[in-house]
Amino acid sequence: MKAFARLLERLAFTAGRNAKLTILSHYLEATPDPDRGWALAALTGTLDLRQVSPSLLRRLAGERVDERLFALSYDFVGDLAETIALIWPAVPAPGPEVSLSQAVGILRETGKLALPAAIAAMLDRLTPPERLAFLKLATGNLRVGVSARLARIALAQTGPRGVEEIEEIWHGLEPPYLPLFAWLSGGARPEPASAAPFRPVMLSTPVTPAELAPLNPADYLAEWKWDGIRVQAVAEGGLRRLYSRTGEEIGAAFPDIIEAMDFEGAVDGELLIRRGTEVAPFADLQRRLGRKTIGRVLLQSHPATLRLYDILTWEGADLRPLPLTERRARLEAARFPRERIDLSPILPFAAWEDITRLRAAPPAPVIEGVMLKRRDTPYIAGRPRGPWFKWKRDPMVIDAVLLYAQSGHGKRSGFYSDFTFGLWDGADLVPVGKAYFGFTDEELRELDRFVRKNTVQRFGPVRQVAPLLVVEVAFEGLNRSGRHRSGIAMRFPRISRIRWDKPAAEADHLETLKAML
Amino acid sequence: MIRPEEIVCPTEAGLYCPPGGFHIDPLRPVPRALITHGHADHARPGHGAVLATRQTLDIMAIRYGEDFTSRRQIADGPLRIGDVTVSFHPAGHVLGSAQILIAPDNGPRVLISGDYCRTPNPTCLPWEPVACDIFITEATFGLPIFRHPDPLAETERLIASMAEFPDRPHLVGAYALGKAQRVIALARAAGHDAPIAIHGALKRLCDYHVEQGIDLGPLVPATDPEEARLILAPPSAFASPWVQRFRDPVLCYASGWMTVRARARQRGIELPLVISDHVDWPQLTATLQDLAPQEVWITHGTEDGLMRWCELQGLPARPLRLVGYEDEPE
Repeated sequence: MKAFARLLERLAFTAGRNAKLTILSHYLEATPDPDRGWALAALTGTLDLRQVSPSLLRRLAGERVDERLFALSYDFVGDLAETIALIWPAVPAPGPEVSLSQAVGILRETGKLALPAAIAAMLDRLTPPERLAFLKLATGNLRVGVSARLARIALAQTGPRGVEEIEEIWHGLEPPYLPLFAWLSGGARPEPASAAPFRPVMLSTPVTPAELAPLNPADYLAEWKWDGIRVQAVAEGGLRRLYSRTGEEIGAAFPDIIEAMDFEGAVDGELLIRRGTEVAPFADLQRRLGRKTIGRVLLQSHPATLRLYDILTWEGADLRPLPLTERRARLEAARFPRERIDLSPILPFAAWEDITRLRAAPPAPVIEGVMLKRRDTPYIAGRPRGPWFKWKRDPMVIDAVLLYAQSGHGKRSGFYSDFTFGLWDGADLVPVGKAYFGFTDEELRELDRFVRKNTVQRFGPVRQVAPLLVVEVAFEGLNRSGRHRSGIAMRFPRISRIRWDKPAAEADHLETLKAML
Repeated sequence: MIRPEEIVCPTEAGLYCPPGGFHIDPLRPVPRALITHGHADHARPGHGAVLATRQTLDIMAIRYGEDFTSRRQIADGPLRIGDVTVSFHPAGHVLGSAQILIAPDNGPRVLISGDYCRTPNPTCLPWEPVACDIFITEATFGLPIFRHPDPLAETERLIASMAEFPDRPHLVGAYALGKAQRVIALARAAGHDAPIAIHGALKRLCDYHVEQGIDLGPLVPATDPEEARLILAPPSAFASPWVQRFRDPVLCYASGWMTVRARARQRGIELPLVISDHVDWPQLTATLQDLAPQEVWITHGTEDGLMRWCELQGLPARPLRLVGYEDEPE
């Protein structure tokens, strides 16, 4: 449990993706089975544990610690699990170290009535960092900023297998993943036990007109790039599953799609919200994402649809080795319930200029560019450069005023690199977003100098700067948001230009941004 | 018999002893000052006369210049000042740190702990129990959440991180007096023999520790960022452009406050190290039990927690709420 506690602590304080991968892969290499498998399950969200309520934890602490001292401490720390981990009185002889497997066992197997005593007994045996890790498991919230995908990438780094290979079999496996670890260290490949497994998806790379110019347009098919989410719909052997592009199952939130998956095969496409023929913006889709169940009202007001562009298996045959044109023909020959599932149309074009024109004037706002796919390539897992290109529409831009800055981590230590910017609302500047990238290293140095010279107030690590500098912020879209003071949230905002030349008074107004919604 | 309040009382300038006519760790210039230790919030320049340990006087001269006071006297054995006898006793906090005992001829003995610590520390003399009637204590870590782990184990986490990220320089924020030298000594004890780079602000105090016979191993200035793997700096340097010379550093911070995650996160720390030169909760409460004074007065810190503990123990206690001493200063 000590190693797992150290792992969680380091991950929680490490911002950099590469540093996180290093920490994770070292842990997975150094930790024996089955502990590392349980840790992997905890990080990838596949660990099904008995959940402990905050009120139960408070009650347990109340039995060991004076109530007033607890309240003062909780006030000071601000986090319940952390307070209990720190304040739980040490017992004289806690015994040998508890393994992660033992701790997980307690949370998996203890009955509801016996649980409070079992948790207290476990807390007695643990050190403060271990207690925190245990309580995070028990409350089901690790909060270490690691996605299931990142955990699998770290796993791939420990052995000779690529992350796509791991994802291909991932869904047939169960914690603590002994056959998986055995395979990674040279053993036999575990056969995907489950029907309707996820197949690692083929991804595209960005392209510029200059890069397209030397290529032969006749070698490519063109499609619209839809602003939904990429999904893989698999209906095989009586099982129906809807996967995100990283292999997370999201079917529970889309029973309407699952119901329509009346076929035998695995298809690839975009998940969208469509009312009649009109495809709704991404924000509508967002309302249905990340849910464990879905209500009737939302099902009716936000009906989901699949817009397919590829086919991976069909009626028992693996079609992935076929060239795209043949797969497309098979896809068009397949029959789907039209109301929920249609095909992404092929865009006719002869020269790259045609593509430029199409991209410049898409027929619907939910289209975010064009896709160009080589006709002769098979379906290749991962992100090979060449067969599939995305050429996104130009981002939206707005001129905003720099308001706050916070210093960065890792490579940006000591530099003010995280910026909050705002727009005019009458005579006031209202914060509308944050941006961490988009600028060059040289521009970062200039921004850092500006922040230091123009600080008007400090709030811990944050500096408020005099509202003098205008930055051009580029972003991919806007959503309404109750969590932002401005009522609007930007997607992928970044600083595209620094407008040293532009006076702050000439920055954009909030109404301008609202009009872009 | 005189009452304790007639021996020591809180004033705006800090603790004052009327029968001796002196202040203890005064917050502003006074005619006569007794200083417990050299941290900047306890030892300030500009007093008429200063009585302190030899090392505290040396440290004040290093920090403020030789003219930090008009007259100075080394505390060496019991001394008669006015109508009281004062004596200095090791506090285990930083080099030169002392507790000050004030004993009237006929009345309660008052012990002013200053800041103190009971964990072994190679850079200073260990804390000594001193019998007293009134114990005036700090309560920097006066809540039961503060249980400082073994400082060597914390240092081993630092060494492990350096092994895990050999290409990233590890920058440890540590207060210039005491903490910095302690972290260096701990790193040596944990087997780190390579030169340790130090920020310019640490140089003179590190040199002084070496002069006083404390082995810190090879130290180099942190001017060549390519060479240094382990660098110590005052925490305030993290907010200055000085940090920018290091490529992709791991920011570490050695402090008792690192127990609380929000504190570490607020400072943007990647590797929090819980290394403190103050008593933690078990040491603080054990000290009150060991000394068993008639009354406890609390100078500063999170006194509500300690007040509650004293209440549960039936130990008379009162907060002095002295303003001007920092939590754990920088």
